[in-house]
Amino acid sequence: MLSLTALCALASVSVLLFILGYLVYHGGKSLSWSFFTQLPKPVGESGGGMANAIVGSGKLLLLAALVGVPIGFMAGVYLAEFAGSTMGFLIRYTTDLLNGVPSIVMGIFAFTVVVLPMHHFSALAGGLALGIMMIPIAVRSTEEFLRNVPHTLREGAMALGASKWKAVATVVIPAAARGILTGILLDLARVAGETAPLIFTAFGNRFWSSGWNQPTASLPVMIYTYAIAPYDDWHRQAWAAGLVLLGLVLLTNIGARWLLPKKAHVARG
Amino acid sequence: MAEGAGSRARLRAFLDRLRSGDEVAHLLTLIFASAIFFVTFLLVYELWQNSALSRHQFGWHFLLGRTWDPVFENYGALPFVFGTTLTSALALLLAIPLGVGAAIFLAELAPPRISDFLTFLIELLAAVPSVIFGLLGIFIVVPLLGTTVMPFLKATLGFLPIFKGPIYGVSLFAAGVVLSIMIIPFIISISREVLLGVPADQREAALALGATKWESTWKVVVPYARTGIMGSVFLSLARALGETMAVTMVIGNDPKISASLFAPGYSIAAVIANEFSEATSALYINALVELGLVLFLLTIILNALARLLILATTRRATGHA
Repeated sequence: MLSLTALCALASVSVLLFILGYLVYHGGKSLSWSFFTQLPKPVGESGGGMANAIVGSGKLLLLAALVGVPIGFMAGVYLAEFAGSTMGFLIRYTTDLLNGVPSIVMGIFAFTVVVLPMHHFSALAGGLALGIMMIPIAVRSTEEFLRNVPHTLREGAMALGASKWKAVATVVIPAAARGILTGILLDLARVAGETAPLIFTAFGNRFWSSGWNQPTASLPVMIYTYAIAPYDDWHRQAWAAGLVLLGLVLLTNIGARWLLPKKAHVARG
Repeated sequence: MAEGAGSRARLRAFLDRLRSGDEVAHLLTLIFASAIFFVTFLLVYELWQNSALSRHQFGWHFLLGRTWDPVFENYGALPFVFGTTLTSALALLLAIPLGVGAAIFLAELAPPRISDFLTFLIELLAAVPSVIFGLLGIFIVVPLLGTTVMPFLKATLGFLPIFKGPIYGVSLFAAGVVLSIMIIPFIISISREVLLGVPADQREAALALGATKWESTWKVVVPYARTGIMGSVFLSLARALGETMAVTMVIGNDPKISASLFAPGYSIAAVIANEFSEATSALYINALVELGLVLFLLTIILNALARLLILATTRRATGHA
């Protein structure tokens, strides 16, 4: 029985290794410099790349960070430093609920709030959907890292005459800064792979999108549309895009492990 | 005069507190924290408001209707509810034994260094985007199941109605398998934590009574952690119900209800993903939003329940220790 449970663990881990190996093998074959620098070619022409989707994903993540990070960070500070027990419980519980909302439902929300009134798909709508998805993890990791700061630091600052907010802003937050930043990086990596909330908000685009108010291509949506299309050349591009996306996500996660202070615990999706 | 002095003193005390900044910082962070309430409220409001047309027109029949026909504006969600339920149940069936087994190994039996490393790898697996699972699902899982596993099941267990019918590859079965791979990391990491939370004296008492390592694990530790493990299962179920991309890419997208697992099907999340950007009429959009509302309510209830279960176990554990 002991070895059977070990087998279960090994089987689960080998799935990851298989995914990684297969993507490196298949994606690596199709990955080239033009993938990063060129626009998608029309159907039938081979070659081309996904430069617009890479930039698009970057734009969406920037918008998402603008929505999710301020709310998540400040709410985390509130929970760790100021909240009473009732308010604290209510906010934590609501945050957990928000974290459980399926990503496709977040897409519907962004659609009704941004796309319906404006009558067209846009990067703004996609960024909003991703930004709201970032909030729960940003709140929890900020709160946790602030709580990990030893009380003696707080008390030392206040004993020197600092007011509470000054102690928090100049001593506690800087002490937790590395952890909080890492948490936000992980959060970004998580939403970077989200596809469902983008399909009918940022939609997609085979060309450069000018500005923030246009339909915008993104890597995950490109992978999806290319994978279900009937063209071999598109499938190859999908593998290449999959490798780039997975590489980004996994490297961020591995990097976070190095960056994090030992024994720290990060809230994950 | 005295009154004026009193109010001036109060004003000064207030200004003092303002100047020290504590009140402002408190208020400012509270405003941002309240934004979470606002977003959640707005989310529910928008889902409710934008599904009004469909809710009024179809009522409860929406959940029971078997036809989904955008041309004649007749919307019944039963095939999607069926597909979502069946694939999620299948995923749990496959994932629970593997996930709980792995969690037992990682929490109880493996040396700490190995356990930490494997847990890290499993957390990485949880971080893999769902569209990547979909990509591998289309090009590896579906062909593999369609050419080997499904013909084998049909040949050996084909007398069962669930293994009858033609094999296309894309199917409810494929969706269940891909979903199970996706939820295993969640079952493992939460179950492992719950198991690690079981107080050491429980194990020591069992071992002192002469139980073997396996007996103490299986007969003492696991039953102790049962509620928390249930919680992890509920949490994964909520994930499976809401999972969109990977399912959309392998389920076949055919709104039919069939007894066979080998037949293509459709799920709630998949139909939203496929049809939302093409929905033209207001009623069509409302029907899709109502599907979103159904999904939202299902996952919220499961999440609330799961958190209570996990909380109950950890409470009990700390109470004992």
